[in-house]
Amino acid sequence: MKKHTLHISTSPHLKKDLSVEVIMRNVVLALMPTAIFSIYAFGWNAALVLLTAVVSCVLTEHVLCRLTNKRSTLSDWSAIITGLLLGLTLPPIFPLWMTFLGGVFAIGMGKFLFGGLGYNVFNPALVGRAVLQAAFPVAITTWYASFSVNRFTELHPAVLGAPFMKPIVDGTSGATPLSAWKFDGITTDTADLALGLVSGSAGETSSILILIGGLYLVFRNFMNWRIPVSILTTVFIFSGILYWIDPVEYPSPLFMLFSGGLMLGAVFMATDMVASPITSWGVILYGIIIGALVVIIRLWGGLPEGVMYAILLANALSPHIDRLIRYRVYGTSLKTS
Amino acid sequence: MKLAKNTFKNGIHPPENKEETNGLPIRQFSFSPLIILPLAQHIGAPSKIIVREGQEVVRGQILAESDGYLSVPLHAPASGMVRKISNVPTISGKMTTGIYLEPFPSSTQEILEGNPIDLDTASPEEILLGIQQAGIVGLGGAAFPTHAKLKIPEGKYCDTLIINGIECEPYLTTDHRVMLEQPSDIFLGIKYLMKATGAKRTIIGIEANKQDAANFLRSLLPKNEPISIEVVPVKYPQGAEKMLITALLDKEVPSGGLPIDVHAVVVNVATTAEIGRLLPHGRGIQERVITITGPGVKKKGNYLIPIGTPLRYVLEQVGVDESISEVYMGGPMMGVAVANLDISIVKGTSGIVVFNEEQLHRAAQVYPCIKCGACVDACPLSLNPSKLGILAKFESYEKMADEYHLMDCFECGSCSYVCPSNIPLVQYFRLSKSIIRKRKVA
Repeated sequence: MKKHTLHISTSPHLKKDLSVEVIMRNVVLALMPTAIFSIYAFGWNAALVLLTAVVSCVLTEHVLCRLTNKRSTLSDWSAIITGLLLGLTLPPIFPLWMTFLGGVFAIGMGKFLFGGLGYNVFNPALVGRAVLQAAFPVAITTWYASFSVNRFTELHPAVLGAPFMKPIVDGTSGATPLSAWKFDGITTDTADLALGLVSGSAGETSSILILIGGLYLVFRNFMNWRIPVSILTTVFIFSGILYWIDPVEYPSPLFMLFSGGLMLGAVFMATDMVASPITSWGVILYGIIIGALVVIIRLWGGLPEGVMYAILLANALSPHIDRLIRYRVYGTSLKTS
Repeated sequence: MKLAKNTFKNGIHPPENKEETNGLPIRQFSFSPLIILPLAQHIGAPSKIIVREGQEVVRGQILAESDGYLSVPLHAPASGMVRKISNVPTISGKMTTGIYLEPFPSSTQEILEGNPIDLDTASPEEILLGIQQAGIVGLGGAAFPTHAKLKIPEGKYCDTLIINGIECEPYLTTDHRVMLEQPSDIFLGIKYLMKATGAKRTIIGIEANKQDAANFLRSLLPKNEPISIEVVPVKYPQGAEKMLITALLDKEVPSGGLPIDVHAVVVNVATTAEIGRLLPHGRGIQERVITITGPGVKKKGNYLIPIGTPLRYVLEQVGVDESISEVYMGGPMMGVAVANLDISIVKGTSGIVVFNEEQLHRAAQVYPCIKCGACVDACPLSLNPSKLGILAKFESYEKMADEYHLMDCFECGSCSYVCPSNIPLVQYFRLSKSIIRKRKVA
């Protein structure tokens, strides 16, 4: 018999055909309906915001890898997800230079400072958005009506606004359902909310499309369904109780579910594997915390929206949740050790 | 939520790849021109050589006797001449003392009979001694001396004997064929085992992908015997003792404990058949059934191969592709990759799986842990491989053992199998366990 070169490896010698890259690529795919709808609803403005966010995240990741002599991590697709998510949480007419800055902070501060993929404590896209919210509170609450007739023919002037110029505030172009409710007591039709026929951040308007993307990921086993389910259930029950107590003071639970960034946050942000707990009961607790915080911030806070802060706070808690909730190891009687 | 019965928590479903050999009857393998027998074929003290170079031996004759309680004798797999007593290569890469035996080509190869163990008159102790004298070790792969496993410790009792016909390793079909072809040996072996352990009942556990074997054995079940057959859903690593006990008895073996702590004894089905075949004749083990398969093998099948047959000879006989690149002894989940084709088949060899370069799924790139939880959902012991992996990187071995139950891990490899980041988790754990053991000794 001829001489064979034998490779030595340790068992298991079989490997499930699944990689981080495949998971991430599927998350991008699942975000596509939402992203495409956002471009359809808000025109070139949203397209440019999304593109800028993705480019800035990818570029930041690449430059930081080069500067620190690390192997480039672009191939894992995670920077693209961060960029997409960041873009989808911004108003569709957000100035591009601010968007770019948001991407730099999302990757640089939210991800790279912690050690890169797998080590971030917070969802990087939300870190980027939190920085923008703090730095540009007016621009980030300047909305744009959906389906405006000239959305594919002309750009809103704010989008191409030069850096450090005072943002152009002609905020007449459409309040979000949440701010309309919060500041003017106007409620929006639930069907319009679910279909996304309202104003809002680029990607948070169509709950149905977000859910379709989420269902795809759950179906492919790339997402922990317990997270969105426990968040949405908590919001529904908590706000439902309040609505039952006082339907004039508090909005209906369906309005709470389908308005603002709740769907996008519950389905695509809170489910960030790295920043969420690892055990089944842990993620349920995590979801309950997020859901309760969303209701509390929305109804009693100073802002119309609370999803971002709710998720960031719960991100900070998730390592502690993992420490608190452990499974009983086979053959032991102790709940925790 | 009520858990589904007849199985254990978590686990994985690797591709089974059994259909290429599970329909192929066991075929006798020819004697190789030279049989190479390492003495250390079992966990415990290696046996002690009692023959000398140049001596002629008869098939079945004892070549080396057991050296202590945790040791079994080694029998001549063929009639022939002891050519040499010197170092032989083993799978671990270390050399060990062994015997080179040259079979006589013209011999009838009749097997020597010893002292038969009579089922009706022998005491449990005599049966255990008979099992030891037959050189029997666990044929499932662990190669633990069976008589030592069957010895019920003082103050404990055995209530249930479990016959392990699970064979959850992908590719392997030896137990499947043994169940289809050696039913009377199995049932006789069970009688010996029940008498030896004092078990009141026996359950034969078989995975659903061997329903034909379950049906066949059920049709032959001896009347008025407390033997039953349970078919359990296909899931890896159900062949592990602890998992099988949980699947069949809905009990958990305590952490750090043994099956006898829940009054059970688990014996592999091929081992059981061997006991039923050898004890009535007082014979020793000379050969075993091995599945030879994998994309690189031409004549795949289940073969009865003399112990000590060199792997190179086996591969020459069945034919392998030019481009073979990995050869495993055992199944692909827990088997060992061999570095040297001059090692020989030992009592614990349950399969030989050969892969080509093309068919290998070698992990391309290792990513950081993204805490996806796939390993947590896979671990049959509900350990947290993700956390253990991070702790291993920080060399927090004590914490791994004390807080995260590392020492309970039996290295099934489910965590490594599912990890999308390709992190070699079980490899970390093996290393960590050995470091902890060394520190304990020091």
